[in-house]
Amino acid sequence: MNEMTPVKTTLKDWESDQEVRWCPGCGDYAVLKAVQRTMPDLGVARENTVFVSGIGCSSRFPYYMETYGFHTIHGRAPAVATGVKLANPQLDVWIITGDGDALSIGGNHMMHLLRRNLNTQVLLFNNEIYGLTKGQYSPTSRVGTRSPSTPFGSVDRPASPCAFALGSGARFVARGIDVNKNLPAVLKAAHAHQGAAFVEIFQNCIVYNDDVFAPFAAKPNAATSQLWVEHGEPMLFEKGTKGVALDRDTLSLKIVDVTDGDWQGAGVLVHDQTNRMIAHLLIEMPFGEFPMALGVLYDDPAPTFESAVVEQNRAASEGKVADLQKLVAKGQTWQVTKEPRVE
Amino acid sequence: MATAAHKVTPKEANANPPPEAVVVRFAGDSGDGMQLTGGQFTLSTALAGNDLATFPDFPAEIRAPQGTLFGVSAFQINFGSASIETAGDAPDVLIAMNPAALAVNVDVLKPGGLIIADEGEFTDRNLSKAKYESNPLEDDSLAKWQLMKLNISQLTLDAVKPFGLGNKEALRCKNMWTLGLALWMFDRDRQPIIDWLKAKFAKAPDIAEANIAALNAGHAYGETAEIGGQVGQLHMPAAPVEPGLYRTVTGAESISLGLVAGTQLAELPMFFGGYPITPASAILHHLSRFKEYGVTTFQAEDEIAAVAAAIGASYAGSLGVTSSSGPGIALKTEAIGLAIMTELPLVVVNSQRGGPSTGLPTKTEQSDLYQAVYGRNGDAPMPVIAARSAADCFDVAIEACRIATRYMTPVMLLTDGYIANAAEPWKVPDMAGYERFPVQFLEEAPESGFEAYARDEKLARPWVKPGTPGLLHRIGGIEKKAGTGNIDYSPENHQQMTDLRRDKVAGIAVPDQEVEQGETSGKLAVVGWGSTFGPITQAVRRARKKGLDVAHIHIRHIWPLPKNLGQLLKGYDKVLVPEMNTGQLKTLLRDQFLVDAKPLNKVSGQPFRIAEIEEAIESTLG
Repeated sequence: MNEMTPVKTTLKDWESDQEVRWCPGCGDYAVLKAVQRTMPDLGVARENTVFVSGIGCSSRFPYYMETYGFHTIHGRAPAVATGVKLANPQLDVWIITGDGDALSIGGNHMMHLLRRNLNTQVLLFNNEIYGLTKGQYSPTSRVGTRSPSTPFGSVDRPASPCAFALGSGARFVARGIDVNKNLPAVLKAAHAHQGAAFVEIFQNCIVYNDDVFAPFAAKPNAATSQLWVEHGEPMLFEKGTKGVALDRDTLSLKIVDVTDGDWQGAGVLVHDQTNRMIAHLLIEMPFGEFPMALGVLYDDPAPTFESAVVEQNRAASEGKVADLQKLVAKGQTWQVTKEPRVE
Repeated sequence: MATAAHKVTPKEANANPPPEAVVVRFAGDSGDGMQLTGGQFTLSTALAGNDLATFPDFPAEIRAPQGTLFGVSAFQINFGSASIETAGDAPDVLIAMNPAALAVNVDVLKPGGLIIADEGEFTDRNLSKAKYESNPLEDDSLAKWQLMKLNISQLTLDAVKPFGLGNKEALRCKNMWTLGLALWMFDRDRQPIIDWLKAKFAKAPDIAEANIAALNAGHAYGETAEIGGQVGQLHMPAAPVEPGLYRTVTGAESISLGLVAGTQLAELPMFFGGYPITPASAILHHLSRFKEYGVTTFQAEDEIAAVAAAIGASYAGSLGVTSSSGPGIALKTEAIGLAIMTELPLVVVNSQRGGPSTGLPTKTEQSDLYQAVYGRNGDAPMPVIAARSAADCFDVAIEACRIATRYMTPVMLLTDGYIANAAEPWKVPDMAGYERFPVQFLEEAPESGFEAYARDEKLARPWVKPGTPGLLHRIGGIEKKAGTGNIDYSPENHQQMTDLRRDKVAGIAVPDQEVEQGETSGKLAVVGWGSTFGPITQAVRRARKKGLDVAHIHIRHIWPLPKNLGQLLKGYDKVLVPEMNTGQLKTLLRDQFLVDAKPLNKVSGQPFRIAEIEEAIESTLG
């Protein structure tokens, strides 16, 4: 896609004529806007863009994008997208999914899409709840979540989307927040990455799980609780007065104070997005004791699945002609002549 | 060495008139290479110009414990100088490589038939594994058959001695020794087998030479040893068949070739999504080698991903194809509903096996007809077609591609484990004789404006590939508004769309039902579908020779059924439906036409024997 001339579009061009039907105040509106705002900056053509989704509130997303769109079945968006991309690798494919869709019913497909490294953008809207089915706890809900199906609180431990992605072999892992101004930059980075780009978006469900991310997502908490990482930059938060450093004895991260901007002196780590170990440490930082790591946590491209398939198809076909008559007559044949053989 | 214990009465010997067909069954341990032996014997039979049908019968276990009854693997071939439709009811010759193979197979052998047994394997240990209290080769328990005891193991070891193989490796050549003897018995050329061995073991010439030596030794044994009694050479003249170029083909091969041909005739690339499952995997294996025909194969993480990716590929402009067996089809079912809702072309191949659940993975059955016709949530109609034989799979696969692309619908193609594995001679088709059905993607909005769910005269919607400027639209599994395809839950719209989906499938052009044998009305019609074609054909032929008023009707289009079928069936006093299930087509015929169809059912994992159907015909007319 890189060699193509950038296409000029505006935000309006990416809005479909369909009435958006999320609950008022849903975080999905903000993500939709962020995506529609990002698209013109990518220089891509609407007709080459395909949004594929599964089932859930977020999966209504494709209807609202003025592109090609496929609202599939629960959990299967990665599998459908695999077929789309293998059939036409030129298409720019975005997968829209949620925590239940991607990590519960569709966990298997998500794992395989990531390990195969299909060149797509995966936006996982994590609201830690099943919204469309009216509020049951999800695979990312915290222990103790009270819901219609867990009136006494959930007892099973939640999955961590980014840890799942990294463990599955993803080569791009990022985090964003629905209403945060940095989300378009994260989306752009995901699009620029050749291969499966996994983005967890913390998305507020105003009806069933309101403010579950407020401890870091709410504006007043942003400075103290959000660590936006950037490749080549020190990991600083709280307006540069605190940083994340490596505790070499325990091979874990620690928070250090930074005075007078001397982050080197404080031993603050510089983010290297190609360093898988750092990505692991950032993803696993327990929130509360640490801030929430956000932005592009890991970006280290590897050959994509569809390019390997295309290349093998090409190599195996080289010098061969698609002659159907020859194909059906392959193998050991014998001729029966008009006169039956005289024995 | 050889002793032919000939204790057959003249009456028994005369029970088998000079054959126009012979049935041979190779049986051994699952590690003895019986399927390979059978396959090569099949090739030599085809090259000799005989018509043939085969029946591979093997255990689900890859290597069942050696010598056990459940580890027996067998390969039956029926070949002759007349038209052959089935693998034969009862073998004339049984080759038993060990006591278990004898125990499992001897009861079906014709009286007076020949047993060739490897006495080297009839050790106390093997006898006890096969639950024999005494050695059947030594007591008189096999007296109604001809018995030829040979120490095949020792003869093989002697033959391959010069190659210095270990004992285990050397004994692996036993099957080639046996094949050599069988080639001699039926006056066959060894050269094609020798060529095949050289190619197969090109990287291990020692092994190739040892196998060739074993093959030659078995052949020479037949030629020179004094084999007494009726055991002699039999030359089977070539069958009178239509002139032309022939090859052998299994159902799995034939389906694969048909799918390639179908997509080529539609002028589309093929995307095949599969997941390993017995007995359907062979289709994935075959197709993965046809890349120059625009075939992309994808071994998915599960059955659901296989079908979902195929649907995605169809959406993007390829013909999506997926294949499985019953349990896998069950997993794909929700996605098939999505293809019905989004009206995308898709071919789903079901190589049926014994069920329910895991059931009998390597045994055949026809018990997924209900699943194919009725087995989805919602009113979800889809066309269903069934192949009757390995060769027929080719045309049926093309038909599936044609219906899928012309009507924008998923199509279920039913075959079964028997057809998938069985080989038969196939007259290589002239591809120029096949009508092309090139797909026209919609590339520009019509003057009236673009609607994703607009209808043509066949009620099919347009197929638009992503990447097409000006035709941006969204599809999905939620009920679609007639015309625009936007989300619409309204009562009138759901009624309209449900009716439309029904009418589209019901309106698929299906050729009128023809009668295979017999008249278009009369006392009895035997109505079949799928792989029962062979035994029904033979049974009806025999019954008609006896002067019975019986016809054979064989249905390819299971859904929608041919328009004339109801009227046709009403022209017979009685309708008999033989099926390898508990009566599924029977139910469909009763439901659709209110005919008093009577079932004849068999669910033993084995195909019908001709005699079983013949008896049913006689008792129905009785």
